[in-house]
Amino acid sequence: MKEKLEQIKAEAIAQIQASDIPEKLNDVRVKFLGKKGELTAVLKGMKDVAPEDRPKVGQLVNETRAAIEVVLEESRTKMEKFLREEKLKAEVIDVTLPSKKSMVGHRHPNTIALEEVERIFVGMGYEVVEGPEVEYDLYNFEKLNIPADHPAKDEQDTFYVSKDIVLRTQTSPVQARVMEQGKLPIRMIAPGRVFRSDEVDATHSPSFHQIEGLVIDKNISFADLKGTLEVFAKELFGPDTKTKFRPHHFPFTEPSAEVDVSCFKCGAKGCRFCKGSGWIEILGCGMVHPHVLEMCGIDPEEYSGFAFGVGLERIALLKYEIDDMRLLYENDIRFLKQF
Amino acid sequence: MNTSLSWIKAYVPDLNVTAQEYTDAMTLSGTKVEGYEVLDADLEKIIIGQIDKIERHPDADKLIICQVNVGSESVQIVTGANNVHEGDKVPVVLDGGRVAGGHDGSKTPGGIKIKKGKLRGVESFGMMCSIEELGSTKEMYPESPDEGIYIFPEDAQIGASAVEALGLNDVVFEYEVTSNRVDCFSVIGIAREAAATFRKEFVPPVITETGNNQDVNDYVKVSVENTDLCPRFCARVVKNIKIGPSPKWMQRRLASVGIRPINNLVDITNYVMEEYGQPMHAYDLDMIAGRQIIVRTAQDGEKFTTLDGQERTVDKEVLMICDGEKAIGLAGIMGGENSMITDDVKTMLFEAACFDGVNVRKSSKRVGLRTDASGKFEKGLDPNNAKAAIDRACQLIEEMGAGEVIGGTVDVYGKVKEPVRVPFDGAKINEMLGTNISEAEMLGYFEKIGLDYDPQTKEVIAPTFRHDLFRLADLAEEVARFYGYDNIPTTLPRGEATTGKISFKLRIEKTAEDIAEFCGFSQSMNYSFESPKVFEKLLIPSDSPLRNAVEIINPLGEDYSIMRTTSLNGMLTSLATNYNRRNKDVRLYELGNVYLPKAIPLTELPEERMQFTLGMYGNGDFFSMKGVVEEFFEKIGMKDKESYSPDAGIPYLHPGRQANIIYKGKNVGYLGEVHPEVADNYGIGERAYIAVIDMPGILEYATFDRKYMGIAKYPAVHRDISMVVPKNILAGQIEEVIEKKGGSYLESYALFDLYEGAQIKEGYKSIAYSIVFRAKDKTLEEADITSAMKKILKALEEMGIELRQ
Repeated sequence: MKEKLEQIKAEAIAQIQASDIPEKLNDVRVKFLGKKGELTAVLKGMKDVAPEDRPKVGQLVNETRAAIEVVLEESRTKMEKFLREEKLKAEVIDVTLPSKKSMVGHRHPNTIALEEVERIFVGMGYEVVEGPEVEYDLYNFEKLNIPADHPAKDEQDTFYVSKDIVLRTQTSPVQARVMEQGKLPIRMIAPGRVFRSDEVDATHSPSFHQIEGLVIDKNISFADLKGTLEVFAKELFGPDTKTKFRPHHFPFTEPSAEVDVSCFKCGAKGCRFCKGSGWIEILGCGMVHPHVLEMCGIDPEEYSGFAFGVGLERIALLKYEIDDMRLLYENDIRFLKQF
Repeated sequence: MNTSLSWIKAYVPDLNVTAQEYTDAMTLSGTKVEGYEVLDADLEKIIIGQIDKIERHPDADKLIICQVNVGSESVQIVTGANNVHEGDKVPVVLDGGRVAGGHDGSKTPGGIKIKKGKLRGVESFGMMCSIEELGSTKEMYPESPDEGIYIFPEDAQIGASAVEALGLNDVVFEYEVTSNRVDCFSVIGIAREAAATFRKEFVPPVITETGNNQDVNDYVKVSVENTDLCPRFCARVVKNIKIGPSPKWMQRRLASVGIRPINNLVDITNYVMEEYGQPMHAYDLDMIAGRQIIVRTAQDGEKFTTLDGQERTVDKEVLMICDGEKAIGLAGIMGGENSMITDDVKTMLFEAACFDGVNVRKSSKRVGLRTDASGKFEKGLDPNNAKAAIDRACQLIEEMGAGEVIGGTVDVYGKVKEPVRVPFDGAKINEMLGTNISEAEMLGYFEKIGLDYDPQTKEVIAPTFRHDLFRLADLAEEVARFYGYDNIPTTLPRGEATTGKISFKLRIEKTAEDIAEFCGFSQSMNYSFESPKVFEKLLIPSDSPLRNAVEIINPLGEDYSIMRTTSLNGMLTSLATNYNRRNKDVRLYELGNVYLPKAIPLTELPEERMQFTLGMYGNGDFFSMKGVVEEFFEKIGMKDKESYSPDAGIPYLHPGRQANIIYKGKNVGYLGEVHPEVADNYGIGERAYIAVIDMPGILEYATFDRKYMGIAKYPAVHRDISMVVPKNILAGQIEEVIEKKGGSYLESYALFDLYEGAQIKEGYKSIAYSIVFRAKDKTLEEADITSAMKKILKALEEMGIELRQ
């Protein structure tokens, strides 16, 4: 009996080793270990074995079965591994073939620049607010210390839609609207569309965007304005950016300033981009005029603040080196896809 | 505003700076220098030479050979100029020198290098120059010959710099003066700033007593009818006028700021206008009827001929200078032809007045005449400056011997403008600026710019020429300017923390941007104003409310004259631009307002409604567009199923391919294929699709709140139904039935087949839906869905739909 089992085992192993595909291995399994297999046949022949020998024979049969199964499993693993490798070899692709792109749209450069600015100021605790684009003269001018008959109200600059309603020429009216609501302190930016009576050319557009900034609180100083805009310039144009504040005049701020940043193209050495000066003008700002505070119901003895206004297109043109403002409103997909 | 450096130095004698240093420092103290021109930048090795001898060129009729004494030597110069004579003193550029340009007046950047050479075989070692070659013009140097070489007066020094002799060793600065600093529209005003900026002494002209022992009141009477429009009117008289050229120093100063020297009288008025910022006018007193001046407003439709010979029509708002009979000048704008100074003038009336700036600006605009004078008056001049200016002019008359000044001034000056007293508080200024500057230092700055201080009342007294100083903030700016904006520290606001945020509306708009871009649409931007012709282009009927647009009273042109009431024109124009440029598969979106008036004419602000507009042509169709709309709604938490009503009646869309988008029973937008006629109107040669979502309309339904629903644990049961459907029944109607009758286990349904054609009978289409049922808490049995399926099928059959087995 023992010899017979050894023989079965040897035969099974031989057949296993001769197998080259998983199907043949399976055949071997069926042939030796299956219900009608040879080992099963041995077990079935147990009735001819003397009862006292049966446990021993049973054990032998099980040992044989286990031995065959081990070999069978090893072979199967090896064979699968081999076959997988063969398959992988056959599936090599040319990775340099062209990609299949999804059609993805692109944000307008103005919006990208705006989101940059919003990110910076929201991070500093500013709220983004909006105001009407068609605006009362009262907010666009009067409450900003630009009285009737001021040259800035001239029809040459301002589009009128009625005697006292204009297309806002600046985002500054949002300042007045927010201040009037009387919730202090204020830290806000107000981006939006503004209109001026300028003919279209490479550097002018009758419709463009500004971002207004306003901070009103106790003890706000010109030094705070300088510090804030310095942070802004460094965030927007890079950490090495320097700022220069030049005195200027705006009716609704006093003192007022224009701000230049060091040219980020040449590092302030002077280049074609900054017209050789090393500096680029980016915004106007100042301490909110006490009369403006008064007109909006804020006591200038208790509160002070600063305001600034940035031209969004100017930022976009500078940052992305766009040389013609008209491109921003043509919507040629070959232009938009670059952003 | 322009000044030359030498003119500034006339009032700030110790000023010793380069052009660049001046530019930088003045800009930082608030007088912005826009740029400067170094007049002799391209002039090199140019000296005064005297022609000793002139000979004919042996081989050229038009050339002469000159021996020119240039001091150290005699040089031979061949020239084609025919205006020179032996003994003439001329500008000579020596070998290796440079001139600014050609004799035709054209300038060469960097100048033209002059080298010795041969002209028709004769050696020439330099060039004699015309005024144009020196970079200027005959207008600015009226003594120049009409053509040819510039000739110096006899007393010119041989061998000296010709550039210096001509006053070309100078720099001209161009300033951007802000509207609040009227005083800086004068050389004196700028010089005062320069002196303060560089901490040098300011030495303004000293005006001396002028006039003979006669009384001006015996020569002229002045009355001002409208003192609001003419707060001050000063008049002086000069007799025995001797017209001639003004001195060279005056000519040079005028020329440096771009004013052409004419004669002594004109030059003096121009000079004083530049120096003091006060426009003046000179009348021929003999032409003034009744020797009487009346300042009054004109009659409507009155005609008046200005001294440029143009007849102008004026109205009752325009202030006129009149004599006893007639108008003789447009106040503050231009004098009249009838009283202008001619070469025969014997007695002259000088006027230095102050007119209301707004009135001058408006009058100048209505009359259509803007002059140097009106440009200055517009800004609102200081009446106290008028007397100084007229006395300065008379002083120059006397100094230059241009006439005999009559004693006294007729000065009609009603309410005298007094200096403003501003309470001073150094500590408060430091608080405003975030600085720590001593009061003494602040007062030092004030003193340099002509502000007085009253230590008794602690008030700063602002002279009337500084009409921009009223309160402490204004003084703070003066301190900041001279302390240096640069030197102010940089800090960040302290105080109560605030939360940075963007509004819900803006967040929804940003989500719209994200979704559009995920779906392949790029962001476009269009103008808010457009042409009223767009309504025709879009086939919008004449009675449509869309035609009620806000009109711009003063548009740039008809094409930009109304505020848009629909976003379609902008989108279609942009698509057309791309189509014309042969761009394929274009998808654009825009987030922009339309402007809907509540009433016309406007009584209040129009309603501004943000529109999310999508447009495309090329790859994709109606259903691609519909997909974008649904992706967007899903993303902003609009979970209900939107429906589409095909009878939207939108004129610019294909009548059979358009729908209103309905959400919770409300119309929130529309989509469709662009009507082929509209596409033609815009020149889009492909099928184009658009969708417009009215953002305020969806705002109330949008939410970023989410609740996790639990992923299904139990298997679903699928049922397919296949139908033959009358063509007029819409898929939406079938879906409505499935939703209504599907019962509580209905999970989803999807159309999986749609067929119209040969195998289907006429007037019908074949549609198949797959319906999915699932329970949250158990595996569904057949019996659980039988009733729902029966109800669905029954309802479909009632609609005339045949079910296929």
